Amino acid sequence: MISRRDFLQTTMAASALVGASGFGNWARLAAQQSLTQDQLLDFDTFGNVTLIHITDLHAQLKPIYFREPEINLGVGEVAGKVPHITGADFRKLYGIEDGSPSHYALTYNDFTALAKTYGRVGGLDRCATVINSIRAARPDALLLDGGDTWHGSYTCYHTEGQDVVDAMSLLKPDAMTFHWEFTLGSDRVRELVDGLGFPALGQNIFDAEWDEPSEDFAPYQMFERGGTKIAVIGQAFPYMPIANPGWMFPEYSFGIRDQRMQEMVDEVRAQGAELVVCLSHNGFDVDRKMASRVSGIDVILAGHTHDALPEPVLVGETIIVASGSNGKFISRVDLDVRDGRMMGFRHKLIPIFADVIEPDAEVAANIDASRAPFEAELTEVIGKTDSLLYRRGNFNGTWDDLICDALISERDADIAMSPGVRWGPSVLPGQDITREDIFNVTSMTYGKAYRSEMTGEFIHTIMEDVGDNLFNTDPYYQQGGDMVRIGGMGYRIDVSKPMGSRISEMTLLKTGELIDPSKTYVVAGWASVNEGTEGPQIWDVVENHVRRQGTISLTPNTSVKVTGA
Amino acid sequence: MIFTRRETLVLSAGAATAAFLPMQVNAAADDAIAAFTGGAEVTDGGVDLVAPEIAENGNTVPIEVSAEGAASIMLIASGNPTPGVATFNFGKLAGAHTASTRIRLAGTQDVVAIAKMADGSFKRASANVKVTIGGCGG
Repeated sequence: MISRRDFLQTTMAASALVGASGFGNWARLAAQQSLTQDQLLDFDTFGNVTLIHITDLHAQLKPIYFREPEINLGVGEVAGKVPHITGADFRKLYGIEDGSPSHYALTYNDFTALAKTYGRVGGLDRCATVINSIRAARPDALLLDGGDTWHGSYTCYHTEGQDVVDAMSLLKPDAMTFHWEFTLGSDRVRELVDGLGFPALGQNIFDAEWDEPSEDFAPYQMFERGGTKIAVIGQAFPYMPIANPGWMFPEYSFGIRDQRMQEMVDEVRAQGAELVVCLSHNGFDVDRKMASRVSGIDVILAGHTHDALPEPVLVGETIIVASGSNGKFISRVDLDVRDGRMMGFRHKLIPIFADVIEPDAEVAANIDASRAPFEAELTEVIGKTDSLLYRRGNFNGTWDDLICDALISERDADIAMSPGVRWGPSVLPGQDITREDIFNVTSMTYGKAYRSEMTGEFIHTIMEDVGDNLFNTDPYYQQGGDMVRIGGMGYRIDVSKPMGSRISEMTLLKTGELIDPSKTYVVAGWASVNEGTEGPQIWDVVENHVRRQGTISLTPNTSVKVTGA
Repeated sequence: MIFTRRETLVLSAGAATAAFLPMQVNAAADDAIAAFTGGAEVTDGGVDLVAPEIAENGNTVPIEVSAEGAASIMLIASGNPTPGVATFNFGKLAGAHTASTRIRLAGTQDVVAIAKMADGSFKRASANVKVTIGGCGG
């Protein structure tokens, strides 16, 4: 089925690590042959330590389709740098052949056609097979989970994360950090963390009242593997109470806290750590800045912004590894640690092609058992789609176009707002839309769809505020999501401008008139961070809309004009 | 360490809804700095100011300031209607020249710390703290 193999592996000599010469050449094998599990897993075990990184699973235990973004703009110093390179430019940068498996896995072009060739990706049972295979070569490899694991599906919502926790426990992770987990509420998070059996880390998780490190989460964990002392320092998502409802976990405070990160690095080095790994949910640009300000971190395992990079990015002597999302990738990083320092590494971003990798029987059985009580609800067909439904991209995606359409029609609104989250698998043209599909893009513990009146001025304020979360030139002021998706209104955004002057020409689409700052509009939206939000659950709104439509057919959204990129 | 002035921990239910846009240093802040320094030159560096990049709650923002060898440190919320926050005085026997408190910020603005050193010179640090209405984390 898969007719070509291209390899995502890079090796670097020890000398290159401290030099400015950058990375070595791709071991690019373009030989025509069919892709097999052995090829996906092929790896020349290197050095004396292996790290396995999985992050941002968003509770996708079963294989899915997942289209990578077309638009992922970087501003300021990171303009035009990875991960802000997409499509053909991305393939050119990494020497990926058009139509290859890596093209399908890592870029958005021709997604529907390639999806039919290469099939679904992910599935925690497939991930388990990959992890077991790495452990067969390196039995004491460390498996590190970057968080956003216990959120994002029908079964995860209804079991309050239990289905994912149970399946993940079979993979035996060595440590974990957090983001959306906290939206289960702090009592539930503590309950699950207490039963994990492996460390729950976050050097930046503080007690909100005393502004002191929380006693519920350790800052780091020391391991001894391959005769090497390894410290894994956790970094939870810094802006939890701002980007998500703080009232659900009022005891905790977060923040980047890079001074304390430096203190922790110094502390573990003083304890003899020869390798310092940061298991991070900062987001890629924040990690890149942190790596330039904190010295002594060898490896940052990056999550949150859902970037999948076939090579690590080097900042000083720190390598940053980005491992994608939704179970689509696992990173393997082999390290040569000698004389108390990292001398070299070999890395591979392993795409989880669900039809190529054999599912692990034990994990598959566990997932199926968790799903069994919900099977009828999960698989109920709500409608069908003629359009590709996807979410990723800075400004809009067809899933959010559909959700905004649902909000406007079901809630009788002028304008709809849908949060710029980066999770949510894709559905191909011609496929049925099941209840599970709808939950995969809407599931959350604060999903009520509000309907309220806002002045044009306030709508502008919201747009500017969210725009600055994405396009502030200082990564430390970015929250890592995408722009709020808007239905019923067009606008122009100049991403190069400062906050307050990015958004212009806000236009009410149904009349073609400019938004009047002093006029009041009916706005429907969901995922408000405010306590006490009232309205129906967003998945019910979308389900009703899809049922009424029968078959979904979306016209391309051209309502956002982007300049300054 | 003596608190000579303190407008901290003002826990109010209402968020400052009018204050989403960045605020510039206002005249009152400049006046307060001039009164503290007597118009002397202020140099950057020598003061550590720890503040969150984005406030989790603009009504209670934790701030920590330290300056080795300082006689006193004045903290200014440059965009607040009343910019003065506190002046921390350190005696000769002070073991550490560090203070932490929580302040209320009316909106996105620079928090400024001016340290008066034992030799009468002045040093300065500032940090931009963003007060946001919240976004959508990925």
